[in-house]
Amino acid sequence: MIGLDSLARLGRAGLALMAALGRSGVLFFQAVWGWPSGQGVKLWMRQVHFIGVLSLIIIVVSGLFIGMVLGLQGYSILVGFGAEQALGQMVALSLVRELAPVVAALLFAGRAGSAVTAEIGLMKATEQLSSMEMIGVDPMRRIIAPRLYAGFVAMPLLTAIFAAVGILGGMLVGVDWLGVDEGSYWGTMQATVDFRADVINGMIKSVIFGLVVTWIAVFQGYDLVPTSEGISRATTKTVVYSSLAVLGLDFILTALMFGRI
Amino acid sequence: MSQSAVSEEPLIKIRNLHFSRGSRKIFNGINLDVRRGQVTAVMGPSGTGKTTLLRLLGGQLKPDQGEIILAGEGDIGRMRRKALFRIRRQIGMLFQSGALFTDMTVFENVAFPLRVHTTLHERLLHDVVMMKLEAVGLRGAAALRPAELSGGMTRRVALARAIATDPQLMMYDEPFVGQDPISMGVLVQLVRRLNDALGLTSIVVSHDLAETMSIADYAYVIADGEVLAEGTPQALQQDPAPEVRQFIEGLPDGPVPFHYPAPPYRDELLGEVL
Ligand SMILES: Nc1ncnc2c1ncn2[C@@H]1O[C@H](COP(=O)(O)OP(=O)(O)O)[C@@H](O)[C@H]1O
Ligand SMILES: [Mg+2]
Repeated sequence: MIGLDSLARLGRAGLALMAALGRSGVLFFQAVWGWPSGQGVKLWMRQVHFIGVLSLIIIVVSGLFIGMVLGLQGYSILVGFGAEQALGQMVALSLVRELAPVVAALLFAGRAGSAVTAEIGLMKATEQLSSMEMIGVDPMRRIIAPRLYAGFVAMPLLTAIFAAVGILGGMLVGVDWLGVDEGSYWGTMQATVDFRADVINGMIKSVIFGLVVTWIAVFQGYDLVPTSEGISRATTKTVVYSSLAVLGLDFILTALMFGRI
Repeated sequence: MSQSAVSEEPLIKIRNLHFSRGSRKIFNGINLDVRRGQVTAVMGPSGTGKTTLLRLLGGQLKPDQGEIILAGEGDIGRMRRKALFRIRRQIGMLFQSGALFTDMTVFENVAFPLRVHTTLHERLLHDVVMMKLEAVGLRGAAALRPAELSGGMTRRVALARAIATDPQLMMYDEPFVGQDPISMGVLVQLVRRLNDALGLTSIVVSHDLAETMSIADYAYVIADGEVLAEGTPQALQQDPAPEVRQFIEGLPDGPVPFHYPAPPYRDELLGEVL
């Protein structure tokens, strides 16, 4: 009965997925309500440093190159219409609305998300989480919550830096190299980029991506099978699930934000 | 001893405890008492669920059935999260791996429970930590990181951390496993000395029979999810039951089987390939 067998397997997989979603929901609420008392700010700052500051280099370098590529491609398209003055507008809008939130989130998942999963997973495998629990400290508050809140705050900041560096990279190529007028590069940008519609919406995206990526990362670390194989699988899952979630959510959010135009 | 032990209520009473992992039954109706001021040993072959028992006692796992009564506090298996975290401050647990926090020095590891549960001034905290480290003979290692410690030292630091807040109850998971003879002797003495000097109640879970029996006041032998035998170490040494004899004399096979449950060997080799 191959049909029944695969049906049963499908059912089991469905149940396992539902159970995992339930567990991750419980973890999310316990962590969000579990801001660590006393030392909270210190723990949180350490995590912002660990997952935010240490991701800076990759964010800055990628932002620069993506901005430069946008400058080149944008110029070669716009110059055909004699509209190369609009390069600033094109670079800024692509970055602020889409590329900065999405690419920064993907890089963040690879750089910080995987590290968070592996770190929490190793703590679990070496019984550090259990011993913390037995000392009477809730790991949900001490370990999970500071990381969740740090991701939540670091992501929008990294996104803003990505966009700013990208705009400079576009200028480097467009203005300094290809000879677009500097005044019109900034002028068209100022005239067309709307603070509410573009900047705020981009930031909303990045906050949501930051939340989702860190949530996936801490959950995969906390929920993994505490063996070396389990840790490697969970780290991979963090990167794959976060990337898919970011790309899927980006479409939904874009449709909601810009769909009616 | 027998008089007072009978009259006084045990610190922990386990009654009819059942617990399963998936379809595998780990405990099948265990009854066990831990009396105040004593070192109670729980012995049994690897994989019988000794670690699981400690996790049930610490409230990290919930029993399927039965009660774990902590004197004056009620059933650990039915406590809410908040109450559990409160009673855990009264319980020190030494994990098999030591479980030191790898991102902190030895000093900070021992200071950790004090920092979260007390408001000691830094100066006083320093002195308390040093006293605990002195008690395990590692005051000199305060500045080291866990990665720089040997296995025996790791376990002694973990012990200092476990007694940092002066718990009532200490639980040791295989404290003697994988130790060289000297650190083994040190640990054996420490468990007994700390119990008597600090007025603790201790539970030692172990399969190192000789060492455990030498310091226990009362011992349980568990196998196949049930209590096989119990008594003082002297009484257990004399127990004529074959299952107990097998464990005490360390025979590889006997009433407690060497093999994990399996279909008949003959069917496995000659039967159809699944
Ligand atoms: N997280 C787990 N998931 C499933 N089974 C487990 C888990 N932990 C332990 N077990 C099983 O429970 C049994 C008892 O384990 P344990 O309490 O660690 O034994 P002991 O400490 O006596 O060696 C073992 O057979 C083990 O395979
Ligand atoms: Mg064990």
